[in-house]
Amino acid sequence: MAISMNWVKDYIDLSGIDLKSLANKITDSGVNVERVVSHELNNLVIGEVKTCEEHPDSDHLHICIVDTKDEERQIVCGASNVRAGIKVIVSLPGAILPGGVEIKPSVIRGVESKGMICSLSELGLEEESAETRAKGIYILPDDAPVGCDAVKYLGLDDTIYELDLNPNRNIDCTNHIGFAYEVASVTGRKVKLPSSKTHPIEDSVQKHFSLEINTPNCLMYNAKMVKDVVIKESPDFIKNRLIASGMRPINNVVDISNYVMLEYGQPLHFFDKDKLGDKISVRMAEDNEEIITLDKKRRMLTKDDIVITDGSKPVCIAGVMGGENTEVDSTTKNILIESAIFNSYNVRYTSLRLDLRSEASLRYERGLNYEYCNMAIERACHLLEKYADGKVLSDTVTYDNIKKTKKTATVSLSDINTVLGLTMNSLDVKKSLDNLGFPYSVKDDIYTVEIPNRRLDVEAHKQDLIEEIGRLYGYDKIISRLPIVESKKGEYADSVRYRKLISKRLRSLGLNECRTYTLVSSEEDNLFKYDRKDKIEVLKPLSSDKKIVRQTLIPSLLKVYDYNKSRGVKDILLYEIANTYYDMDKEETKIAVLMKGNYISSNWNESKLKVDFYLIKGILENLLNYLGFNNRYQLKEKEIDDMHPYVSCEILLDQEAIGYMGRIHPKVIKDEIYVFEISMNKLMNKKVRPIKFKEISKYPSIVKDLAFVVDDDTTSREIVDTIKKAGGKLLTNIDVFDLYKGENLDSSKKSIAYSLTFSDPTRTLTEEEVMEIFNKIINEVIKKNNASLRDK
Amino acid sequence: MDIEEKVKLIRENLDKEIKSVQSTNDLSNLKVKYLGKKGCVTELTHDMANLSIEEKKEIGRISNELKSRVDAIFSECEEALKNKELEKKIASEKIDITLPSTKISVGSANILEKLIEEMEELFVSMGYDVVEGPEVEKDLYNFELLNLPKGHPARDAQDTFYTYESTLLLRSQTSPVQIRTMLKNKDKTPLRVICPGKTYRRDDDDATHSHQFTQIEGLLVDKNVSLADLKGTFDVVAKKFFGEERKTRFRPSFYPFTEPSVELDISCFNCEGKGCSICKGTGWITVGGAGIVNHNVLDNCGYDSTVWSGFAFGFGAERLAMLKYGISDIRTFYTNDLRIKDNFDRKDND
Repeated sequence: MAISMNWVKDYIDLSGIDLKSLANKITDSGVNVERVVSHELNNLVIGEVKTCEEHPDSDHLHICIVDTKDEERQIVCGASNVRAGIKVIVSLPGAILPGGVEIKPSVIRGVESKGMICSLSELGLEEESAETRAKGIYILPDDAPVGCDAVKYLGLDDTIYELDLNPNRNIDCTNHIGFAYEVASVTGRKVKLPSSKTHPIEDSVQKHFSLEINTPNCLMYNAKMVKDVVIKESPDFIKNRLIASGMRPINNVVDISNYVMLEYGQPLHFFDKDKLGDKISVRMAEDNEEIITLDKKRRMLTKDDIVITDGSKPVCIAGVMGGENTEVDSTTKNILIESAIFNSYNVRYTSLRLDLRSEASLRYERGLNYEYCNMAIERACHLLEKYADGKVLSDTVTYDNIKKTKKTATVSLSDINTVLGLTMNSLDVKKSLDNLGFPYSVKDDIYTVEIPNRRLDVEAHKQDLIEEIGRLYGYDKIISRLPIVESKKGEYADSVRYRKLISKRLRSLGLNECRTYTLVSSEEDNLFKYDRKDKIEVLKPLSSDKKIVRQTLIPSLLKVYDYNKSRGVKDILLYEIANTYYDMDKEETKIAVLMKGNYISSNWNESKLKVDFYLIKGILENLLNYLGFNNRYQLKEKEIDDMHPYVSCEILLDQEAIGYMGRIHPKVIKDEIYVFEISMNKLMNKKVRPIKFKEISKYPSIVKDLAFVVDDDTTSREIVDTIKKAGGKLLTNIDVFDLYKGENLDSSKKSIAYSLTFSDPTRTLTEEEVMEIFNKIINEVIKKNNASLRDK
Repeated sequence: MDIEEKVKLIRENLDKEIKSVQSTNDLSNLKVKYLGKKGCVTELTHDMANLSIEEKKEIGRISNELKSRVDAIFSECEEALKNKELEKKIASEKIDITLPSTKISVGSANILEKLIEEMEELFVSMGYDVVEGPEVEKDLYNFELLNLPKGHPARDAQDTFYTYESTLLLRSQTSPVQIRTMLKNKDKTPLRVICPGKTYRRDDDDATHSHQFTQIEGLLVDKNVSLADLKGTFDVVAKKFFGEERKTRFRPSFYPFTEPSVELDISCFNCEGKGCSICKGTGWITVGGAGIVNHNVLDNCGYDSTVWSGFAFGFGAERLAMLKYGISDIRTFYTNDLRIKDNFDRKDND
C-alpha cells in the first residue's frame, strides 16, 4: 500500500515533523513503513513560451524563447504541442531527471538550447507509453506563476510511504484517513476529517428509484443520486494523489470514486442512472445466471454470489465488479452512487472464484465500517458537485441491517503490566489511549475503553487493548527475564526419542541423513508399491512433481542418489526417516536406507569394501539388534515391485512383515543399488526385554569345521535350522566361512562350509561328547537337507 | 700333532671362517664342518681306542670345552645374522606416509536436523518437552482453533495445500501441535513444549521459497506469563545460536493466535548493528515471531483464559540455518549434496 503524505497532511498537521523519522516511529509501533520515497526533483520551474519557431534544420524541432523569470532562455523542443503563449514545466541546466539524465546547456543541430520543456513521463510522474508520448509536453493552466517551483505548484513534492501491512492493519491503514489516525497515535496530534458539504437541489432520490434488499448478505446499502455531471479530466491534485497511490487517473467521475475509496477505505460503485432504470434489487444470484462485466467478459454466476439487479437482470456483482450494461461512460449525465457493505465471505469467495480481486474487492473482504460507509457517499457527492459540476439530490436511500453495539472493554493497570512485563503508570496508559483516540473512563486504575468503529481489528477484549497500549508505549522498555515456573525435567516424546535413537545409530553406521520432499509425482508414487494403501493427493497441486503425499521414501532417496552421482560422488550411503500418509489422514513413519558403491574405500590400494546385499543386511541387523530385536527377525524370499526378483526379500519381525530389502530392479535403474525400507511404527510397538549381563564362559570352547554339498536352491537358513536343532544347547555359535560353486561340483550343487563352536559355561567339554553331537549334526543335515559331506 | 695343537688350529680356523659367514645357509654349512658327524670337533674324540683312561678323560674334557666354545661362537653369529635379516626386512617395509588414507565411512546429520537437535537440547535443558504432531492435519487444528475461522483474510498469507475438501490439509504451520498438546492435557496443568516439524505452503520453489519448510515452535502455558518472560527466553536462543554478544528486540506484529504479537529481531551479527546487506541496513535481523497466547486459543483448548496465560514463539529452521551458516539457497537443505558434509560434519564453535 502506498500512502501519499501530502494527502495525509489534509487530515493532520505535520508541520515540524521529519517524515523519515516519523516513518521509523510508525514502524516501531507496528505499522511497517517499508520504504520512504520522495520525488527529489530540483531545478524545475514554470516557464511561459514567448515565441515558437520551426528549427531550420529539422522537420519536427522547434526553437522557443521561454520566460523563466530569471531570464528569457532559448530552448529547442521536439514536442508537437509546443506553441507560443502556453505555460510549461522547464528543467533548467543542473536538473537531474529520473533515470539520472542531467540537463546541460547544449547545441542541438547548430542551435543553442538552455534547458528542456518536459512531459510528465519525462519527470517520472506518468508511465512511459505510446499514449503518454503522443500527449507531448505538459501544459500548465494559464494562471501558473512563471518562475515558481513547478514541482511544488503541481503538488508533486510528495513523500510516499510504502507500507508492508500485517493482515490486521490491512483494514484501517489502506486508506489515508485511517493512516492519519495511526500517525496521530504516534505523534499525539489530532485528526480532522475532510469536508462533505453539498448544496443539494430540491429533488428526492426516492422519486427516481426504489431499493429492495432480498438477501441477508447485504448488510448496508446507501444510494445517492447526482444529476447533470460533466465528464472531464480530474483536477491535478486528484490525479497526482491517485498516481502516488498507484492508481491510474481516468476521468473525474471514476477518479472521484477511487479517491474516496483511498480516503475512507469504502469502495463506491457508480451506475449510469439512465441505463439502470428506476429500481435496485440486491439478491443472491441464481446458478448459471450471467452478466457481462466492465472488462467485457461474460461471467457465469452461482447462488453464492451477491448481485445488484435492476429488478430482473444483474447490473453488478456486489463488491467485485460492475456490469457493462450500466457503466458510466463519456455521455453519462446522471449517476447513482452505491456505498454498501456486503458479507465479506461472499465477496471473498466470488472474487477468488472469478479471479477478479481488485483494490475494491479486497477492502470488502477485509471488512468495512458503517460510519465510513455513510461518510464516504457524502464525500463523493461533495467532490462530484465540486469537480464534475454535479447536482446532488437531497436525500439518501438507505438499507441498514448493521448491529451497532459499541465495542467496549475494560483493562486494569495491573493487567497491562502483568502481560507486558512492564511498569507503566496511569499517565503512560492515558497517553497511549489519548493518542489512539480511543475514548475511555477510568476508576481505581481500571480503564473502560470504547473502541472506535474504524478499528475493526481491535476486539472488545483486554488483551487487544493491552497490545494497543503496549505497542505505542514501546516494547524496547521491556526488561528480559526467564519465566518463573516450576522446575521439571524436559522430555522427548516417545516417537521423537525412538526416531533419534535410530537416526544416531544409522549415522554411526556411516549413513548420511537426508531430508526430501513429502510431495512426489505420480511416477514416483508408482514405484516400489509394497504394502500400498489409499493415497492422499493434493487438491490443487502447484506442479505435477508435487502432487501426491508419498508412501515410500525410496524414490526420494533415488533422486538424491542421482543428484550426487551426476556431481561425481561415487560412494553414496543415505538414509531418511520421515512420515508417510495414506487413507485420508493415517500416518506411518518409515526408515529408508540406500547404499551404493564402496562402504569403505581407498583408491590406490586394495582396501575397500563394496556394498552388496550382505552388507546392507549387516546394516539392517545391526540396527535391529541395537533396538533389542536380536533373534526375533528373519528374511523371507518374496517378489517385491521394482526390486530385483532374486536379490530381495521381505523383513519379518516376530513373524510380522515390517518392510523389504534388496537390490533395486535393473529396469528401474541399472546401477547396483541396495535399499531397505521398514516401518518405524511397527518397531516401536514391540516390547523389548531389559538388558541383562550374560557371563562369558571361563571354560575353553571347541571349534569344529565342516562343509556340506547341497542343492543350489537350498538356503543357508534351512541348513542352519537343522544344525541348531541337532546341536542343542552346547552348540553356541554357527558361522559360515566358505561358499563354493564350480569346478569339481555338479552345476546344480553348491558347497557351504560352517564353523561350529561348542561350549558350556560350567565345565570343559570332552572331545567325545562334542564328536557325538557333531556326528549327529552331520547325519541330520544329510538326511533333512539332501546334503552330503564335502571331501576334504 | 698333539691335541692341544689340534684345538688351537681348529679355533684359529673357525675364527677366520666365521667372519665370512653371510647367511644362515653359510652358518649351517660351517656347523656341519665343525660339529657334524665328520666335523673336525667331533673327530677329536675319534680313534681313542688305544688311549689310557686318563688320556681319554683329558681329551674328552678338552673337546667338550672346545665344543661349548664353538657352540657359543655359532649362536653369537646366528643372533647377529637374525638381527641383520630383521633389519633388512623392516627396512623393506618402509612406507610413504603421505599417501591418502582409507576412507572410513561415518554418517552425518542433515543441516536442519543438526540445528533442530541443538534447539531441542537447549529447550529440554529449560524443562520443555519435545513433542510432535501429524503433517496431514485437520483444518480445525491448523486454523480454526488458532483463531483463524474459515474465510478469514489472514489465511491468505498461508496459501495451503488441501488434501480433502476443506477439512484436511498439509499443515501450513506447526501451531496445530500447540492445540493438540493443550487439548491432550486433560488436567490442564502448566505446559512447556517445543515442536519442530515439517510444514507446507503453496509456494513455488526458488532460492528463498520452498513449498516444504521447517518450523520450530514453542509454547509455555502457566500463570501471569509476560512479554518479559518471552524476551528472556528469546535472549537465550539468540545468544546460543548467534553469539553471546547478540542483542534482541521486539517489534509489534500480528498473528491471529497471539496478542500482543511481536517479531523477534536480533542485532546483526555481521555488522554488529552498523547496517549491512544482511540486515538491509537496519542493524537488525528478524529470526522469528512470537507473542502472548490469544485468549480465544486458550479457551478453545480448555484453558480458562482468565486463569491461564502463556507465550508462543516460532522460528523458521531454514531461515536460522541460512543466517547462522551463511547459506543463500533454501534448496540446499533438500538436495542433500554429500560433498558439503566434509565441512559440516564436525563440532561447532561453541
